[in-house]
Amino acid sequence: MGQLKNFTKGFVKDNPVFVLLLGLCPALGVTTSAFNGLGMGLATTFVLVSSNIVVSIIKNQIPSKVRIPSYIVVIASFVTITDLVMEAYLPALFESLGLFIPLIVVNCLVMGRAEAFASKNNTWHSIVDGMGMGLGFAFALTVLGGLREILGAGEIFGWSVFAGDGMLVFVLAPGAFIGLGYLVALNNIVKKKMES
Amino acid sequence: MEYIIIIIGAVFVNNIVLAQFLGICPYLGVSAKVSTSIGMSGAVMFVMTLATLVTFLIFNFILVPFNIEYLQTISYILVVASLVQMVEIILKKVSPALYQALGIFLPLIVTNCAILGVTILAVREDYGFNLLEGVVFAIGHALGFALTIILFAGIREHLELMDVPKGMRGAPAALVVAGILALAFMGFANLV
Repeated sequence: MGQLKNFTKGFVKDNPVFVLLLGLCPALGVTTSAFNGLGMGLATTFVLVSSNIVVSIIKNQIPSKVRIPSYIVVIASFVTITDLVMEAYLPALFESLGLFIPLIVVNCLVMGRAEAFASKNNTWHSIVDGMGMGLGFAFALTVLGGLREILGAGEIFGWSVFAGDGMLVFVLAPGAFIGLGYLVALNNIVKKKMES
Repeated sequence: MEYIIIIIGAVFVNNIVLAQFLGICPYLGVSAKVSTSIGMSGAVMFVMTLATLVTFLIFNFILVPFNIEYLQTISYILVVASLVQMVEIILKKVSPALYQALGIFLPLIVTNCAILGVTILAVREDYGFNLLEGVVFAIGHALGFALTIILFAGIREHLELMDVPKGMRGAPAALVVAGILALAFMGFANLV
């Protein structure tokens, strides 16, 4: 039960994007479509789970003074792996995510979980935490990407929802901010309902 | 003339926050007051210029000759992190007044993706910048960051006094305001 709670907290209650407001740069930057959002979310999940595993294994070997630089090196290595693998096997997605793949390194979410969770818990719990938080992040990005794709282009995952032109502004930069603003507000209301 | 075009392009057309979505965390995090946003902009400008200068040299004189460009992400983040530490130590010693003003913002900058983003963009092949152009590019982006965060902080100070619906208070309202600002900046598209 404890593990299940640990896993599901990333979706609504402690959603990294809607509640904690972490990792907003990729959340706003790549979500022009649901597919891009999902791709970015899964790439981040991979880095998050892998770095959580390594950090939880080596946590006792690292002196606490140099722990932050060590975590950064661990995270940067997994980001480089993701970067190279995506370039080789998913060139189209790699092209559309662009700069935001190397920038997973400075996603506060990854560093935050390494520091706040993996450095204090065992490997199994850290994997569950990384999966939960990562998939919560992917969920948020897919919802935001889907919202922008439906309103902006009238389709989702490439399937047409309504005919004609959408509101172009939702595919462009302002739509990202406004869309996320309303989703955060919606999440606030849902969270309050769940608590009461 | 060339440098002026780079700066205008970086400040208005490809604004780092509103068009490229970099540095959103400090943009939302330290924009509650105009005074703190000015301090943050100063620290960003300082570190971004220095970091671009150093990483540009590292990329072109170490990574490219040895054919190890894939180490870009790891080496850059280490350079940015150690540079911030070094700047902090030097400032503390040399100019306590400036340290007082920027001090608390410096550690936050390590996780500011705007810095890493600009240093990576500055060595992109399709721009083909030389060293001076790269540094001007970084200064332009830092100016763009300063302009938007100070404008945004000014609006948020007024927003505090407004009667915002309950669910929209705080972050949601700030995000919608940022969206409207981004809409305004879209007017600069295709300027250069």
